Amino acid sequence: MIKTKKTIINLDKVSFFYPDRLPILDRLDFTFYQDEKIGMMAPNGSGKTTFFHIIMGLIKPESGKIEIFEKPVTREKDFLEVRRRIGLLFQDSDDQLFNPTVLEDIAFGPLNLGKTKEEAIEISRKTLEFIGLNGFENRITYKLSGGEKKLVALATILAMEPEVLLLDEPSAGLDEKTKERITTILRSLKISYIVVSHEFDFLSEISDSIYTLDRGKILSDAEMYIHQHYHAHPYGGRPHKHKNE
Amino acid sequence: MTLINEHFASGSSVIHRIDPRIKVISAAVFTIILAISQQFETLIAGFFFSFSLVLLAGLNVKEVLKRLFVIIGFLILIWVIVPLTFEGEQLFKIGPFSVMKPGVFLSARITLKSVSILMALMALTATMALSTLGHAMSRLKISGKLVHLFMITIRYIAVIEQEYGRLLRAIKIRGFKPGTNMHTYRTFAYIIGILFVRASSRADRVYQAMRCRGFDGRFISIHEFQTHKRNGVFSALMILIIIFISILEWGHLIEF
Ligand SMILES: Nc1ncnc2c1ncn2[C@@H]1O[C@H](COP(=O)(O)OP(=O)(O)OP(=O)(O)O)[C@@H](O)[C@H]1O
Ligand SMILES: [Mg+2]
Repeated sequence: MIKTKKTIINLDKVSFFYPDRLPILDRLDFTFYQDEKIGMMAPNGSGKTTFFHIIMGLIKPESGKIEIFEKPVTREKDFLEVRRRIGLLFQDSDDQLFNPTVLEDIAFGPLNLGKTKEEAIEISRKTLEFIGLNGFENRITYKLSGGEKKLVALATILAMEPEVLLLDEPSAGLDEKTKERITTILRSLKISYIVVSHEFDFLSEISDSIYTLDRGKILSDAEMYIHQHYHAHPYGGRPHKHKNE
Repeated sequence: MTLINEHFASGSSVIHRIDPRIKVISAAVFTIILAISQQFETLIAGFFFSFSLVLLAGLNVKEVLKRLFVIIGFLILIWVIVPLTFEGEQLFKIGPFSVMKPGVFLSARITLKSVSILMALMALTATMALSTLGHAMSRLKISGKLVHLFMITIRYIAVIEQEYGRLLRAIKIRGFKPGTNMHTYRTFAYIIGILFVRASSRADRVYQAMRCRGFDGRFISIHEFQTHKRNGVFSALMILIIIFISILEWGHLIEF
C-alpha cells in the first residue's frame, strides 16, 4: 500500500491584489506535499515573491483559505509556528542580513528558537562549514560580495533546521561553481522545497517538477505542457532538455 | 569610508573585557556629569580621566585623533564666534574686536567637555560590538523598542549610505554636474526623497525577514557577560572617579 504523503501547504482559492491593479494571485489553488521538490519559473512581476510572502504570513490574502502543516492559519499567532518550520530565503539578501558579523547573523535564528548561546554558535559554525564558508565567522555582513551575501543568507535559514525551504532566486548572481555548490547542497538535504529561479538548467537539476505562475494561478508541468510552451520557458530559445524526454 | 565601523570593538585590553553593562552605565553617568559641570577643576580632571580610559583601552591614538577631528570644525566655529559676541569683561582687543573673558571661558569649557565626552565614549562604548551594546542596553531594561530601533539604525545607516552612493553614481554616469540651478536642487530633492522611501521599505522587509527567523522582539546576543573580579574593580574605580569629579564640581556647596 502506498503511504499517503503529508500535506505541507494547501492554498484554497487564495486571492491577493494591490489596489487598482489586476490580481497578482487569483483564486489560486495549490497543494504542496512532504518530500516534494518543486522548481518555479515565471516572468518578472508574475507574483512569485508575493506567493512566498503569503505562505509565510508576511502579507495577508484578500480572500481564500490557507492551511499549513494541516492546520488553518489566519492570525499572526498561527504563523509563528509556520516560520519556525519553514525557512524563506529572501530575494534580496540585504533584507535578510542585519547583524554586524556573519556568525551573529547566523546565530540569530537558533537563538530565537530557544537554543543556548553555545549551541547557537556551534550550529552556526557547522552551517558555515556545510555551506563552504569556513573562516567567514567574523566577516562584516554588509561588506560581503553579492554572492557571498546570498550564501550567508542561505546559511541563516539552514541554521534553523527547517522542514521546508522556500528559496526566492537562490541562484541569481552566482557564478557556475557556486551554483553547483548550491545544487549539491540542495540535493543532499532531505527536506521539501520550492525554489524560484529564472534558470531552467538549475531548476531541472534540483527539482522533480517545474511549476509556473500565470495570470494569478499556479500551473504544473503537465498543465504547462498542454497549456503553452512559452509560458514555461521564457528562455526557451536557449538549448535545454526536458524531463522524460 | 563608512559612517559606522566597529574599529575599536576588537581588542584585548582590560576595558574590552569589562562587562558591557558596567561600561554603558559608567559612560552614561560620567558623560552626564561632565556635560553639566561648570568648574574648570572638574573639566580638567574629567579630561584627564577620559584620556586615561583611552590609554587603558589601548586604543590607537591616531584613530582616536581622527575621530576627534570630526568635532574640531565645530569647536573652531565656537572659538571664533563666542569670545567676540559674549558680553562681559574684556580680555584683550584684536583690531576692532574685543575678546570677552566669559566667552573665552565658555569656549574652553565646551572644548574640554566635548573632547572628554567623546574620548570616554570611545573608550567605554566603542570597545564592544554594536550588537553587544544593543544587548547590554536591553539587559539594562532600556525599552525593547528603543534598543531595536538603535540596532536597526546602526545597521541600516550602512545600507542607506550604500544606497546613496549607488544613486550618486547613477546620476554621475548620466552626466550630472551639480551647480547652483533648479535642476541640481530638484535632483538632490529627488535623491533625498527616494532615499527615505527606500530606507523605510527596506526597514519593512528587514522586519519581515527577522520575523521569519523567529524574532519576537527580544534580542539575544551570543556575547557572554561573564562575571569576573575585574568587573568589581572597574566599577569601584569608576564610582570613585565619579564621586571625585562630583566633589570637585559641587563640593563647595556642602563645605560650610
Ligand atoms: N508594495 C507593492 N505595491 C504595489 N505593487 C506591488 C508591490 N509589491 C509588488 N507589487 C507588484 O506585484 C507584482 C508581483 O510582484 P512579485 O514581487 O511577487 O513578482 P515576482 O514574480 O517575484 O517578480 P521577480 O521575478 O521580478 O522577482 C509586480 O507586478 C509588482 O509590481
Ligand atoms: Mg520576486
